[in-house]
Amino acid sequence: MRSVGALAIVMALSMLATGGIALAGEPKQGGILRIYHRDSPGSASIHEGATYSVNVPFMPVFNNLVIYKQDVAQNSMDSIVPDLAESWAWSADKKTLTFKLRQGVKWHDGKPFTSADVKCTFDMLMGKSPQKFRQNPRKAWYEQVNDVTTNGDFEVAFNLKRPQPSLLALLASGYTPVYPCHVSPAEMRTHPIGTGPFKFVEFKANESIKLTRNPDYFKKGLPHLDGIEFTIIPNRSTAILAFVAGKFDMTFPTEVSIPLLKDVKSQAPNAICEVEPNNVSTNIIVNSSNPPFDNLDIRRALALALDRKAFIQILFEGQGDIGGSMLPAPAGLWSMPKEMMEQIPGYGPDINANREEAKKLMQKAGYGPDKHLSVKVSTRNIPVYRDPAVILIDQLKSIYIDAELDVVETANWFPKVARKDYALGLNLTGNAVDDPDQSFYENYSCGSERNYTNYCNKDIEKLFDEQSVETDMTKRKKLVWEIDKKLQEDVARPIIFYARTGTCWQPYVKGITVMVNSSYNGYRYEDVWLDK
Amino acid sequence: MFAYIVRRLALMLLTLFGISIVIFFLLRIVPGNIVDILFAAAGYVDPADKANLERQLGVDQPLVVQYLHWIGGLLHGDLGYSYVSEKPALDEILPRIPITARLAGLALLFSASVGIPLGVLSAVKQGSRLDYALRVVSLSGLSLPSFWLGLLILTASVAMFGEIPIFNPDPKTWGELFATYCIPAMAVGFRSSALTMRITRSSMLEVLRQDYIRTARAKGASDASVNFHHALKNAILPVITVVGIEAAFLIGGLIVTETVFNIPGVARFLVEAIRWRDYPIVQNLVMLIAVVVVLANFTVDMLYAVFDPRIRYSD
Repeated sequence: MRSVGALAIVMALSMLATGGIALAGEPKQGGILRIYHRDSPGSASIHEGATYSVNVPFMPVFNNLVIYKQDVAQNSMDSIVPDLAESWAWSADKKTLTFKLRQGVKWHDGKPFTSADVKCTFDMLMGKSPQKFRQNPRKAWYEQVNDVTTNGDFEVAFNLKRPQPSLLALLASGYTPVYPCHVSPAEMRTHPIGTGPFKFVEFKANESIKLTRNPDYFKKGLPHLDGIEFTIIPNRSTAILAFVAGKFDMTFPTEVSIPLLKDVKSQAPNAICEVEPNNVSTNIIVNSSNPPFDNLDIRRALALALDRKAFIQILFEGQGDIGGSMLPAPAGLWSMPKEMMEQIPGYGPDINANREEAKKLMQKAGYGPDKHLSVKVSTRNIPVYRDPAVILIDQLKSIYIDAELDVVETANWFPKVARKDYALGLNLTGNAVDDPDQSFYENYSCGSERNYTNYCNKDIEKLFDEQSVETDMTKRKKLVWEIDKKLQEDVARPIIFYARTGTCWQPYVKGITVMVNSSYNGYRYEDVWLDK
Repeated sequence: MFAYIVRRLALMLLTLFGISIVIFFLLRIVPGNIVDILFAAAGYVDPADKANLERQLGVDQPLVVQYLHWIGGLLHGDLGYSYVSEKPALDEILPRIPITARLAGLALLFSASVGIPLGVLSAVKQGSRLDYALRVVSLSGLSLPSFWLGLLILTASVAMFGEIPIFNPDPKTWGELFATYCIPAMAVGFRSSALTMRITRSSMLEVLRQDYIRTARAKGASDASVNFHHALKNAILPVITVVGIEAAFLIGGLIVTETVFNIPGVARFLVEAIRWRDYPIVQNLVMLIAVVVVLANFTVDMLYAVFDPRIRYSD
């Protein structure tokens, strides 16, 4: 009898314990999430921005039609979930994408959300609205959209010129929120109105950004936090020290460099830190319109001279990845297999053999030990640009190229690139969506505003379209690999490496997911909560 | 004395007019404007959008028209709109002034209240261990860059107390208030106090060797009376000059200190505005700083007249 009693007590205790654990895992309501911000964004309008400095603080103010599931680290078609849309459907010819919209959703100023808002947003993005954005950096994303039509207040259709399955991926990006029709673009830059989990409170330039909980959020029970406060601290050392001292619950996402990460771990051993790729490639823009790089042999020699591992080892203590124009696996979905990549000139593991081949090409072009080629490597005057440029200059010495560093202030960098006033440029390219359509059309398509080198290959252009309409993922992947290989062989924009960066948060912060194949899509923060 | 003041005031206005021209045209000489930066940040350029934006902001107008527009507005109290935040420039600048003013005032106070007494002490105890120690302190003050000192203070605070004295917009205790203003003020005022100490010391040493000091001692005046009443009063003029110049130079030190301690003051805001080529903010802020510097110099001139009657009478 006594043993039965003891067993009952043990069972009761264990049930309590299990219950306790379950309770401990339950999200708690309340609290303000304090994050430091790396700089003062130029405006609060995500559609007019081209940096995640805007997405991080303002994505929680908005909703998209669809969104990448915020607790899945790898963005893919499978992780896209409805947001302002309840559901979506493709027409049989794959040329119409129809969304059924949620009913009863309100903007933060109390006005109802309808399909007219969706139409307004995308008409503005396509440049078809009388209201204009001051800047519209992602207009090209909607190149294949003929128009957006509404059917009543809660249905909207995107009518395409040709099938483009990846339109859905673009719509799920943090860069694609739905804006209210009744608020002007100018107001959205200073006082954004959204439907999202957090309402905008204030944005003091160079000081802070404050958001507060939206009590009328259409997702019941969310968000868990009472608000989010971003303190703008441009000085990295101060910011990291403040995080270590507990002034902040979280660092600015993907902003902690590998050496600083060591400091954080040694001074705040309880902090949780993750190092992930951020889908930003460091690459070389080659001016192939003018001598000497109009000579394909010299461009190929340049590609063969690169020791990519050395870049990664020196700059990131080995924490980086080698790839083509698509983010390398396992984080990236579209990268070519390693065996295929190693066949591309300059990607083979034997650096000395590559450089011997490069020297032969240089000699063929008229250069050699007695006649070096003198060029300038231009780059922005920012460490993430400048540091790899210095290593590049050092590596070019091995193939008779004497390069000189030409640092350019940010204000002058793009005008310089646009007027082709450079020979070689060290550049960074961030991809908002891990999808070939975004990368290929934006960076390599003839006439694209971001195709800085004006690389134009009509044969590859056809392949871009071919992969873009392809609905079979396996077939599309093979096409993408073929394109990527050709782009690297053509030395269109030699990719040097993809960096990995760190994000840290205090152990009581729960529900943070660092996305591994984009730095632009994971900042809704509606699931984040504080366990304290 | 009246003529002296009027002449100084007229000179002040002329200086400010000159500064307005210099800053306006210097800003335009720097390559790139706000539109270039906005498009550089976006990584693309649409010529039509660019032209439209330049027209909206008025940066496509002839420089003389832009200058007259700015000065006309300034004289009417209209400072224009920030290109970046699109808010009135006055609304952006005004809240930041008290923060920087407090910081600068405290730094000057620290500089004078530490530098002058220690300078006197060092001079009076010339050749002693204390003198050597104070000279080492003053030399280190002149050698340490304020950003490095600031970072050192922050690192030490975190390591020793687990706290970081960065800006707190809403200090609730005296301790928080001290951390918010006094520590950064000491960091930026340290260099200036070192300079004040050295100038006070050398000026005092010169005065202490004068005949009238010997006479004062012979009369039986106390050490305190000789040092502070007879000597310091005559040694203070170069010190006032240095403190006046330091008040002007302080803004340079504040840019760094405000960045390291994350203080949202005028100095850091100015750097950000220059980065964005936010002309209305930069022009008006520089004019504000120019007014402060010119006023500081005017005050120094007035103090000269107060402390040295020869200046008053000769003018």
